[in-house]
Amino acid sequence: MLTDVIQTLPQVIVDGLTLGAVYAVIAIGYTMVYGILELINFAHGEIFMTGAFIGTAILLTFSGIGWLSAMPAIIVLIIVLIATSILTGFLGMGIERVAYRPLRNAPKLITLITAIGISFLLQDIIRFIAEVKKGNYIITGPSLFTGKMKLEASSLWPQFHDASFKSTFLVVLITAIIMMLVLDLFVNHTKWGMAIRAVAQDRDTAALMTINVNKVISVTFFVGSALGGATGVLFAVQYGTIDPYIGFILGIKAFTAAVLGGIGNIRGAMVGGMVIGMLEMFAAANLSGLTGGVFGAEYKDVFAFIILIVVLIFKPEGLFGKAAVEKV
Amino acid sequence: MKALISSLSENRLAQILLFSVYVLITSASLFLAEKSVVAFLLLLLSILILYFLNLKTVWKWIIGFVILGVLLPVSASQGPSYQSYMEVATLVGIYVAMALGLNIVVGLAGLLDLGFVAFFAVGAYTYGIFATPQAANFMPFGSYPLSGGSFWIFLLIGCFAAALFGILLGIPVLRVKGDYLAIVTLGFGEIIRIVFNNMDKPVNITNGSMGIASITPPSIFGIDLLYPNQFYYVVFGIVLFTIYVVRKLEYSKVGRAWKAVRENEIAAQAMGIPLVKTKLTAFAIGASFSGMMGVVFAAKQTFVDPTSFTLLESTTILVMVLLGGMGSVPGVILGAAVVTILNLQVLTELTNWMNQLSLSGVIAIPEALSPVKMQRFIFGALLIAFALYRSQGLLPAKNRKYNPEELKNKTEKSSILLLSKEKRQA
Repeated sequence: MLTDVIQTLPQVIVDGLTLGAVYAVIAIGYTMVYGILELINFAHGEIFMTGAFIGTAILLTFSGIGWLSAMPAIIVLIIVLIATSILTGFLGMGIERVAYRPLRNAPKLITLITAIGISFLLQDIIRFIAEVKKGNYIITGPSLFTGKMKLEASSLWPQFHDASFKSTFLVVLITAIIMMLVLDLFVNHTKWGMAIRAVAQDRDTAALMTINVNKVISVTFFVGSALGGATGVLFAVQYGTIDPYIGFILGIKAFTAAVLGGIGNIRGAMVGGMVIGMLEMFAAANLSGLTGGVFGAEYKDVFAFIILIVVLIFKPEGLFGKAAVEKV
Repeated sequence: MKALISSLSENRLAQILLFSVYVLITSASLFLAEKSVVAFLLLLLSILILYFLNLKTVWKWIIGFVILGVLLPVSASQGPSYQSYMEVATLVGIYVAMALGLNIVVGLAGLLDLGFVAFFAVGAYTYGIFATPQAANFMPFGSYPLSGGSFWIFLLIGCFAAALFGILLGIPVLRVKGDYLAIVTLGFGEIIRIVFNNMDKPVNITNGSMGIASITPPSIFGIDLLYPNQFYYVVFGIVLFTIYVVRKLEYSKVGRAWKAVRENEIAAQAMGIPLVKTKLTAFAIGASFSGMMGVVFAAKQTFVDPTSFTLLESTTILVMVLLGGMGSVPGVILGAAVVTILNLQVLTELTNWMNQLSLSGVIAIPEALSPVKMQRFIFGALLIAFALYRSQGLLPAKNRKYNPEELKNKTEKSSILLLSKEKRQA
């Protein structure tokens, strides 16, 4: 049993890293919004999904007019990423302006309900557009990178099996890491980043220090949503097939990652995403073997929720967060 | 016009006359017309009109009882679509009871529960498993399926099973803050669905994604309940019971504690309200209504499978509560009725109509835009619109008004009584 676990470990790590990188970047979007507004932006998973669809739409158009074969794949990817992230960034800003800003002083329950409403609305609008254009809402995009690679793990340690993966794996991982690094620089070393941190810490005092709070919140939504949309493109490139309902369960898992890392903490969200991705892939590969077939791989989704509940009970501040003191 | 309305709202006799004319016309047209959804809906609307009439509450209850219990089934019984009307009315009842349950959790106690349908699933599966040979797979004693008479006991068992799950979920979860609660309950709803979907191995308990079919119909006095018009009365009774319990609870000690917790947790705690216990009761009681309706649902459909218990379903019930008015019992009933009828009647009728239009070539409407598929869009838009512009709902919750003088007299009287009692004892 244990040998099985060890043999599949390299493959699990490779798959886990890809999935974890996706979770990590989405988790950043949740964590940034929560840090600044104390609001769970339920619609964030749907922004990710919208990004996946926009990216696929652009790719399909490119392949329709023959640019896909004319240009190197990496340049196509960069163009698609930039275009998608700008579009989803504005989408996020618009959602904040229309649905969240009027309710900033309302009870939190009401804002959460609008967030759910937005997420339903987006799901159906995307489904509708996809169905009208393509006749089916499950869409498969053109594949950008077709190469296959092999990680010779067995030469490292004879117990390991070799891990095989598509070359998209590297692209996704590297792009995600670049995005996280740039974001980290943006938040910690620029004037706008400083403003975001200030508003997250204390909105009123930040306003007194001549920070335009509304603008900062808009920028936060833009950045978070742009990252989410770009991750959607990466997801579409990596897994190929997308449908309008992928955002929901992925969003919850990314939220779990954000909670695990300490909500409001950007670096924590990155680590949390990686951990959740690894754990999920590990569960998917080994759950049935470890429990003697009682629980199969289909329980892997339950896994993320159980982690969420356990973290919330025993360490609600997460791995890297500071325990919040409730002010009366 | 304005003067007319104001004079009408004063004049009780005119109101009663107009109302009876309205009810007579609608029920007569439902009785005579072959197939008239409009008459059916208008007759249901009379209950809402009744709510606004200037009458004593007791009379409103009696009239409402007569309309729903006698007039509606009798006048609908002539048409060919009798059973489909009764089906809609039964489902409205089921959702009313569920929405009232969720109203306790969301509206009164202020806890956003996004996995409410999980308790519905627990109730449905409780009856589904024991009323089919399914239970023989794992139960060491007894012979299954149980007879239809056990349905009435299972109403209670479903209640308790759901309440138990509510408490089991609540104990760990209610310690976390409000907005986390929403996402954890959402996760719980998904867990329950996934678990039911996969509990066909190693021991086949729920039959997995195939679902449980041919559930024994309930029976009473040797009569099997098979048709919607029979279930209509079962649900009607349960809904009346639910409304009674919910209204009693709302003005009880625990109901006031819920409202206090909703308004301000810290202040409530300072007044000596045990937070976790109060929230747990809200969770358990809300869940138990849902569990009971789950049993009815399973018995009515004679089939349960995991696809009936998705997040969409939870959100639908939330829409009902928000649309009607959080915390307001009449509002939630209205909300549940509106959403259910919209779902079952209006959207399907619209789709049929649009299909006819497309067929006759008047306008071409793409298949993707058919209203039946637009549920998420409609509910999403409703949620946003109501949260932004009318967060108190269609019929906002009202606190009961007390007459200060009367209250004073009452307390004085009771204190005098108390004093005299003490004197006697001394």
